[in-house]
Amino acid sequence: MPVTDVQHDLDALTLTITADFAAPVERVWEVYADPRQLERVWGPPGYPATFVDHELVPGGRMNYYMTSPEGEKYYAYWDVTSVDQPKGFTFKDGFALDETFAPNTELPESSQVYDFTEVDGSTRATFVATYASAEALQQVLDMGVVEGSTLAINQIDELLAS
Amino acid sequence: MTEQDEDRADAWFHALSDRTRRDILRRVLAGEHSVSALARSYDMSFAAVQKHVAVLERAGLLTKRRQGREALASGDVEAVRSVGAMLTDLEALWRGRISRMDELFAAETQQDTTPTHRTD
Repeated sequence: MPVTDVQHDLDALTLTITADFAAPVERVWEVYADPRQLERVWGPPGYPATFVDHELVPGGRMNYYMTSPEGEKYYAYWDVTSVDQPKGFTFKDGFALDETFAPNTELPESSQVYDFTEVDGSTRATFVATYASAEALQQVLDMGVVEGSTLAINQIDELLAS
Repeated sequence: MTEQDEDRADAWFHALSDRTRRDILRRVLAGEHSVSALARSYDMSFAAVQKHVAVLERAGLLTKRRQGREALASGDVEAVRSVGAMLTDLEALWRGRISRMDELFAAETQQDTTPTHRTD
């Protein structure tokens, strides 16, 4: 497993993940610069992501949707805020209402900072995701990570263990 | 487990034992929906959907508010899942992404080529 560190900040609703990839920085960058490669890694198995628009430039926009096994589509967008090719980029991640990719303004955007640093020919990647609210977190998880039937299982497990 | 916790777990399991109720909960966790809009999504009467919503409400998984003539339902995220549990789930999603990236790079190292085979 190339994940070397994981930090949860419950108060700031921030998840920080550090990973080491056996590939040069430019190669890691390419995964994000090429929508077809990004599609191969972004969605979990059974929930493929489709990038409809892809502009990895400052002020650029990515529009994508994920398709659930039931065929339901979840629409989302990235507003790219800064790009430092190939060392990283930052973006606002938001939810869209439908295939028009109009932002769902009822849900707050999350803020994402991706950083790629060369370490002895490999790449140390840091992904920092900050969520504005528990609802926004829930929405991300609903995009193909959580089955309705397992929604409350974590908490019920906690109850049973207490 | 206190008696109160047991009661809550009973209510949750009962509320989540029905497929339609799980589906309703998924929708209202993602955003507020009117009960009538929810009812249009299912092949059952408005009254039947209303009953499902009431079961979820009694279990504390959903809250309702009135707006004019509409009853608006939203999922109670805090009740359903703690922030800690959600960050853990999100971490699992990221671990998956990272291992898929790993596989992509490993496949290239073996072949010593850079396949960016496009499917479009």
